Amino acid sequence: MSFANLIRVAIRAILSNKSRTLLSTLGIIIGVAAVIIMMSIGQGSKESIRKEISKMGSNVITIRPGADMRGGVRQDPSAMQTLKISDYESMLSGLKYVQHVSPEVTQGGQVVNGNNNTTTTIYGEAPEYMTIKLWTVQEGDCFTEEDIRKNAKVCVIGKTVANELFPDGQNPIGRSIRFKNIPFRVVGVLKSKGYNNWGMDQDNLIIAPYTTVMKRIAAQTYFSSINASALSEEVSEKAIEELTALLRANHKIKEGMDDDFTIRSQQEIMETMSSTMDTVTLILVVAAAFSLLVAGIGIMNIMLVSVTERTKEIGLRMSVGARGRDISRQFLFESIIISLTGGLIGIAVGYLGSWAAQMMSLPASVPLWSVLLSFGVCACIGLIFGYVPARKAALMDPIEALRYE
Amino acid sequence: MSDMERKVVIELDNVKRDFRVGSETVHALRGVSFKIYEGEFVTIMGTSGSGKSTLLNQLGCLDTPTSGEYYLDGIPVRNMKRSQRAVLRNRKIGFVFQNYNLLAKTTAVENVELPLMYNTTYSAKQRREAAIKALNAVGLGDRLEHKSNQMSGGQMQRVAIARALVNNPAVILADEATGNLDTRTSFEMLVLFQKLHREGRTIIFVTHNPEIAQYSSRNIMLRDGKIREDIENNNILSAEEALAALPKPQDD
Ligand SMILES: Nc1ncnc2c1ncn2[C@@H]1O[C@H](COP(=O)(O)OP(=O)(O)OP(=O)(O)O)[C@@H](O)[C@H]1O
Ligand SMILES: [Mg+2]
Repeated sequence: MSFANLIRVAIRAILSNKSRTLLSTLGIIIGVAAVIIMMSIGQGSKESIRKEISKMGSNVITIRPGADMRGGVRQDPSAMQTLKISDYESMLSGLKYVQHVSPEVTQGGQVVNGNNNTTTTIYGEAPEYMTIKLWTVQEGDCFTEEDIRKNAKVCVIGKTVANELFPDGQNPIGRSIRFKNIPFRVVGVLKSKGYNNWGMDQDNLIIAPYTTVMKRIAAQTYFSSINASALSEEVSEKAIEELTALLRANHKIKEGMDDDFTIRSQQEIMETMSSTMDTVTLILVVAAAFSLLVAGIGIMNIMLVSVTERTKEIGLRMSVGARGRDISRQFLFESIIISLTGGLIGIAVGYLGSWAAQMMSLPASVPLWSVLLSFGVCACIGLIFGYVPARKAALMDPIEALRYE
Repeated sequence: MSDMERKVVIELDNVKRDFRVGSETVHALRGVSFKIYEGEFVTIMGTSGSGKSTLLNQLGCLDTPTSGEYYLDGIPVRNMKRSQRAVLRNRKIGFVFQNYNLLAKTTAVENVELPLMYNTTYSAKQRREAAIKALNAVGLGDRLEHKSNQMSGGQMQRVAIARALVNNPAVILADEATGNLDTRTSFEMLVLFQKLHREGRTIIFVTHNPEIAQYSSRNIMLRDGKIREDIENNNILSAEEALAALPKPQDD
């Protein structure tokens, strides 16, 4: 039988049993929709993480004290004190691929303005921090090198801190706030970055000269980290090599010994995160794919019933000259069309679902390849699970089939 | 014509067909042998249960003998592949079933088109034209779009005849093809079969009606799965004349 005739005959058979077909496609619809929604959320999350990280500065390099022990053994507290002022100062000149450097000392605590207070984190930084982490000072100005030298008690505050401490819309610039009882004069308010992907409020912070924070608040001589920026994203690997060599020389680490610091680029962090996202997505998709398997078995079941019911028709077709392969194709086409129809509806439902997820402010974006994949998988399901019923039909004996009641 | 010159289309050699029903064995055909030559119009008669349909199923390549050989155009059907037999049924043989076997919920014209669906040399248009032509030949030109469940028994029977003729078969096998028709329509069908016979087709026609045997060239009598009588008819009556002699229908 020709292709066009096969399709015509299959569609006709399907239409003559609409409700049953619909029920047997339900499994496919749900399975495909689930796969698409899972993939769209996986993809959407990855995209939004990427966006988030590029907002934080995509060529940021973070240097932390202590060897790279991700999830490993606890280290000696002294190992966490390896980043010194001298390290920072040595980075300020002579590096080819490093553009900006800012040391960092952080402390959590309460900040007070009169009757208003809130819990926040104070970041001791150099003014370069603004450039590295892409912060914009919306009102006022950033503190200066001068302030660094003088250990000045000035600070720039995030939007959240500003709103908490100055609820009546007063201008915070020039006002004095107290962090751990140390008064700081507000010189600038940062432009809001909002919440990040992990639900953290990025605007809940105070940035002050690192010298001030080290001496007056943390009372320490080492940094909790150093942030740097590479000249561009492309050379961030080279910048890391440069910084590693410099720090190893500074710390007199012999060849073959481990670093006593860890340098990671934002890119690496991003890659780790997206590979974690990939794993989670994969697990969800595999779970959804199992429902497709069950749906396939459902189709096989309905096709077996259909073959039995239409035994007489099969006998008749054979008696007027249908070969076994004509009959098996007829039923294969039927099962493929059923599963493809289910797949198409499933894709539509998947799009709807991912749209609904977006409405619930979940990151979701349907990747085109997942649509193509679902379509292909449905065709395969139709083929694979239609095979057994189609073969059963093809092997019937014409006379016995005609006599079937 | 002598037997040597005529071409043998069908040859049965001691064909037996047994059916197992529970623990018993039914011997539907107990050793049937005959030759049918090209262009013969053979009627097969016999009591109910004598094995006529079973025999016709063998001839139509729908069933295979339990023992014995059936040669179609000299080739043993037993050795053919299933698909080869399917192609023979599609191109060489036209089969009218005793119980019509039409596709349910399907129009007359679609039922008649069915064999041509399995012949890719026909386009959709040619298929429909051929089907309409065949339906016109059996007098159902005005019932093309009637579904099989909207037709009378006689109409369904004629759709079945049209379906058997649509592929221009060399061999026509008809099982009680006029069993449900009134005298007049029966004769109309006989006229049609005689015309096909004149065109050189081989026709094997199972019937209960001894009168019909007079319009064929040969008559085989079956009893209990065996041939009891096999006679040539040298005085073939004309169905056209018989039809003309019938009293005209009153309400026309
Ligand atoms: N599939 C079958 N299974 C069992 N027995 C069968 C089968 N087909 C035919 N028979 C038996 O074979 C015998 C011959 O049947 P067949 O249908 O050939 O008779 P027939 O001559 O066509 O009768 P009728 O004139 O009533 O149509 C019967 O006894 C019937 O019961
Ligand atoms: Mg019979």
